[in-house]
Amino acid sequence: MENQKPIIATASLAGCFGCHMSLLDIDDRILNLIELVEFDKSPINDLKKFTRHCDIGIIEGGCCNSENIHMLKEFRKNCRILISVGECAIMGGLPALRNGIPIRECIEEAYWQSPSVKGHNPEMILPNDQELPMLLDRIYHCHEIVKIDYFLPGCPPRADLLYDALVSIITGTEMKLPYEVIKFD
Amino acid sequence: MSTNGSVIRCSIDGKEYLAKAGKYINDVARENGVYIPTLCNVIGIHPQGACRICTITVNGRMMTACTTPVAEGMDIKTNTSELQDLRKSIVELMYVEGNHFCPACEKSGNCELQALAYRFQMMVSRFPYTFPKRKIDARNPKLVKNYNRCILCKRCIRAIKDEQGRSYFAFRKRGHKVEVGIDVDLGKFISDEVAQKAMDICPVGALIKKEQAFRIPIGKRKYDKTPIGADVESHHV
Repeated sequence: MENQKPIIATASLAGCFGCHMSLLDIDDRILNLIELVEFDKSPINDLKKFTRHCDIGIIEGGCCNSENIHMLKEFRKNCRILISVGECAIMGGLPALRNGIPIRECIEEAYWQSPSVKGHNPEMILPNDQELPMLLDRIYHCHEIVKIDYFLPGCPPRADLLYDALVSIITGTEMKLPYEVIKFD
Repeated sequence: MSTNGSVIRCSIDGKEYLAKAGKYINDVARENGVYIPTLCNVIGIHPQGACRICTITVNGRMMTACTTPVAEGMDIKTNTSELQDLRKSIVELMYVEGNHFCPACEKSGNCELQALAYRFQMMVSRFPYTFPKRKIDARNPKLVKNYNRCILCKRCIRAIKDEQGRSYFAFRKRGHKVEVGIDVDLGKFISDEVAQKAMDICPVGALIKKEQAFRIPIGKRKYDKTPIGADVESHHV
């Protein structure tokens, strides 16, 4: 029976880990969840790579660089059901405030102009290590890149919404959606 | 034909009602505890019919409830699944047309567009986001005009006037470039009271009174626990 438990993987792309925090906010129900599922690649257990095919993938955050896109595609390949969690994954969220501002302008502001760096970077160095992932021209939300099966809005999504969604998918029951759980902030 | 003021009989969602001819369908429905979602409409201000959220069917034809007067024998349906989906799609279109970053918005929790999205259980917009490049105008001493969030409902233009009946706000430009601007000269003399009224009349966060944001904590804002329209529905049970 043990290996028949559904397997969950999670990732935070261009997000703040708030949605993962909200997942932990289900409090003692996390013990029920552990009964129901196993975790694979996730920051929660610090597994860096997929070890097997997963049933549910939870994506927090949109895509701001090439590494995010790579990771998202990996998740799509390795997960049967993919869920966009939180405003950043659904519509870009706060990182998407830079959409419309040229990338050069963003980088110069971050490394040359903003009050905390002005005068502290006399050689005008911009990060250029080849190991660094390339920034994208704008933020792409997840369903622009791959097919997403479900969306859970919120900033972060309420713990009850996350828990109920997972339980509904795992047990195959219809989800209750009380008014208080669907919020965009 | 019934004349204005005479009493007519119409049916709303299968129930018969008596109403004064000439009254708008939206007002008749509200008085009888039937909530028709609205966005550009303000009670007491001449209706505009701009947003089409209040679309209903009258004898099978789609009409806006805020601008259509009731008449004898009307068979009005306010809540068919087709209408529900149409309304939801309008809200979704508005979300992708502007830049509605709810988590960073001062109006979040008190925003009518957001409240409608909550009521319609919008999890994501079915349309592609456009992320238009729009500006923020903070020149006015009392108000910040955020063009990213404006939905062009004209509520501020219609409702906020000075003592001589001049509007502080006006449409400018045309077509898809149309926007609501604050009169630069008249706007200099805007009082705190009128600025507050302007912020309250704006259904979204396009008009924000300076030094007012985030006063009410999350959980106590207007639409945190109570859906929009609940006041109408609870009125007549």
